[in-house]
Amino acid sequence: MAQHKGRGMASINYPIGMNLGGDPSQALVHSNPDGKFTVALSAIDLGQGMKQVARQIAAETLGVPIEDVYVDTADSDTGPHDMGSFASRGTHRVGNAVIAASREARGVLLDAAADELEVNADDLVTDGRGNIHVRGAPGRSITVKAAAQAGQFRQGRTIAGRGIYLVPLSAVDPETGEMSPVSSYAHACLIADVEVDDETGEVAVVNMTSAYELGRALNPRMVEQQLVGGAWMGVSHALYETPEPYYPSPDHGPRDFNEYLMPGPGDVSPHQITVLERPGDGPFGGKGPGEMCANPVLPAIANAVFNAVGVRIDSLPITPEKVLRAIQAQGGARPQTRRT
Amino acid sequence: MLEFRKDLFADERDDNLNVVGKGVQRQDMLGHVTGRTPFFDDHAFEGLLHLKVLRSSHHHARLRNIDTAAAEQAPGVRRVLRGKDVPVNKNTLLSLMNFGKDDEPTLAVDKVSFKGQPIVAVIADSEAAALAALKLIRVDYDPLPAIFDVEAALKPGAVTVNETYPGNYFAYHDLYDHQKLRFGDVERAFASADIVIEERYQASPIEHAPTETNGSIAAPEQNDRYVVHTCAQGLFFSLGTSAKIVNLESNRLHFIGGTVGGGFGGKVDSLTEPLAILGAMMTGKPVRFVLGREEEMLYGSPRGAELHIVKDGVMKDGRIIARKMTGYFDAGAFTRLSSYGVIKCVAHLPGPYTIPNIHADVHCVFTNRCPSTAMRGFGVTFSDFAIEVQMDKLAHAIGMDPMEFRIINAYRDGDMKAHRRIAKNTALVECLQVAAEKSHWPLSENARRQSSLTGGGGERAVIPPTAIDDNGRIGRPETRNGPSRVQSIGARVPIPELSVSLSQDTMAAPVQRYSQPAPMPPPAIPAPAQVQPPAPPSAAPAPAPQPASRHGAVRFSSLFGTRRR
Repeated sequence: MAQHKGRGMASINYPIGMNLGGDPSQALVHSNPDGKFTVALSAIDLGQGMKQVARQIAAETLGVPIEDVYVDTADSDTGPHDMGSFASRGTHRVGNAVIAASREARGVLLDAAADELEVNADDLVTDGRGNIHVRGAPGRSITVKAAAQAGQFRQGRTIAGRGIYLVPLSAVDPETGEMSPVSSYAHACLIADVEVDDETGEVAVVNMTSAYELGRALNPRMVEQQLVGGAWMGVSHALYETPEPYYPSPDHGPRDFNEYLMPGPGDVSPHQITVLERPGDGPFGGKGPGEMCANPVLPAIANAVFNAVGVRIDSLPITPEKVLRAIQAQGGARPQTRRT
Repeated sequence: MLEFRKDLFADERDDNLNVVGKGVQRQDMLGHVTGRTPFFDDHAFEGLLHLKVLRSSHHHARLRNIDTAAAEQAPGVRRVLRGKDVPVNKNTLLSLMNFGKDDEPTLAVDKVSFKGQPIVAVIADSEAAALAALKLIRVDYDPLPAIFDVEAALKPGAVTVNETYPGNYFAYHDLYDHQKLRFGDVERAFASADIVIEERYQASPIEHAPTETNGSIAAPEQNDRYVVHTCAQGLFFSLGTSAKIVNLESNRLHFIGGTVGGGFGGKVDSLTEPLAILGAMMTGKPVRFVLGREEEMLYGSPRGAELHIVKDGVMKDGRIIARKMTGYFDAGAFTRLSSYGVIKCVAHLPGPYTIPNIHADVHCVFTNRCPSTAMRGFGVTFSDFAIEVQMDKLAHAIGMDPMEFRIINAYRDGDMKAHRRIAKNTALVECLQVAAEKSHWPLSENARRQSSLTGGGGERAVIPPTAIDDNGRIGRPETRNGPSRVQSIGARVPIPELSVSLSQDTMAAPVQRYSQPAPMPPPAIPAPAQVQPPAPPSAAPAPAPQPASRHGAVRFSSLFGTRRR
């Protein structure tokens, strides 16, 4: 009886914002008289950071400091229409709508500044620190605050913008499946190291190494949050979770967190993550790591179990019972080629 | 932990940005870490009432009689709701996008199709009073045979789970009992393959297990409107669904949400909002409907089970020359989003590899279990499990390293994908190389030299002659066990990958309607199911037209404005 080490891998891609189109998102951006901006959305923040992504995209596009932008969501009376936060569509759809709205608002802001500076608005740039100045002549400048106040109180301008992003609806061919499902894909490869106990059938994930290509990482800290959390969910899906442990039999369903198993803090393995950025057609080339980051973990663990003890568990979750029965059926563990 | 490879694809990025790309702290972080962020259930209302539902104790049964008399007299009970009280007591979520038929009642009327299906709602002064009153309701069931196995559910003579879909399958395009994917000719390719391997992969359901269970609070607002505090993942999706079910114009509902305590796909179904609003309409009081943990776990709509059968033809040099997949999505008793998950799965097949011959049939099957719904990676997570374990087996069978095997087959920029669009922006090869290097997984010099930017396109961009078949034609059960090939369509010029301007011809509805504030000319006849195209120029006859009217509800459509049907 022994612990067997095994290593397995998997690689995947994932459609970003697969909704077959026809699912617009809108954004409204407006400014206080002193140049502080609000982005009004009806997008949902599930904890993934929708508000912060929209905030950074708006600040970047407007050319103002991040502190000068807040995102208000979601109130159907004040936030414009959005289909919702699912299908990894939030960053892609909402982000592009926020860019459109912010560009329009920035245009008005620069027009207001141009009137005050008596220059052409096309010659103006923002420094991202709250100032607008003539390109190549930082001395000829006005603050965003002063420009906004002038726009509001002297010039009678609405420093605001509207944005919508719509991917047109795609049909699906009944005979061939031809369709335009999505315009951007994220990619990943993950290697899982496991230990399998051939006496109990228990599988422990001891390490993960991964490479994720996610387009531009709009906020690296939030990307890390998604990838670490998603890998945890992948481990949970692979080894622990189901409300129907003897599917298709509906019996033995868990009713609470005492019975519905998920990995605890002690089951979380080290995870070395490398992020690649090949820009897609999302805002500033961003894609969306939220859904896809769990996916490579499941097959990588299954393949690592095979590498460790030579049994194929082709049904999820990979419970100790399934592993032990399979080891017994083949007359004991049969470790495969060592990869570590 | 996390590191970046900024050297890769550097020439495709402008990294000189002000705040995008920076790890700036979230605007809502302080509220989250101090526990002060308000969620839907943090809104107090004077005179708040509580709604609870009686759920079916049978997997499948006719309802002979429902006696609520004692519950109505119970202490603290304000109102008891039955199916007849629900203005539009049949809905399907994707009706907002004109996809599928209304098939699910909010409260069961004469039949239950899964254990846990809501039958009666009780509104009372406290949760305890509502729960006590539920125990006084007497339901007489005539049990029916229940079916839990997707393959058994599709057999002729199987008991019908969902009367809207006799045969227990979602009808695609009103033509087939599954969605097809056809590219090249897998049968011919299998005949010339060195090795053919067929395997079955089964995934059990998974619960979203959010910290915050599904729930909402609806309250009468001034001026004959209703405010709804909700944890919905799609604010207007839930608003539109609720407006249809309670038969109110969308602007009489004021939805507030946006901060959700864990979703993962489990808060798209509007499980509580319609009944909470209906309760507020019926009582004139604020009504709270929140699932308990056990309800969330058992009846909160899981990620559905999937069965995938994968058959591959592979050459000893490592090339996969054919992949055939048959998939079964267990939708449970009602459609919800499973019909769409199948489409997403089909679009994803055969995974991130360029394989010259591909054939897939993916079914959305009804069984007598709690309806399943979207969850993180919907339509892809489990098919990726099947594909990637299969890839490991194929590599093992030909004695090749699994990393090298994937690099050989990885899709590259310019390749034609099975759904007939050109791949672009690919990066699978680089992910494999980087992960291998980081984990000291030895790769050959040749594998290390490969790139997503090169080696694609050319012959790999051509749509091959494709075998078309009539398998699974609705109304013709003899086609179920095909392959009754009817014709082969020839090679075609590649179609550029989707872009907004290029896909105008596939648009089903004029988008400019969206920006017209003027009222729609009545009565608008709905277009045929918009996600479903007309028959292609093959032998297939035109699909049967969608019924012009399924019921008389006012339907708020995210896509096509508000129309009276």
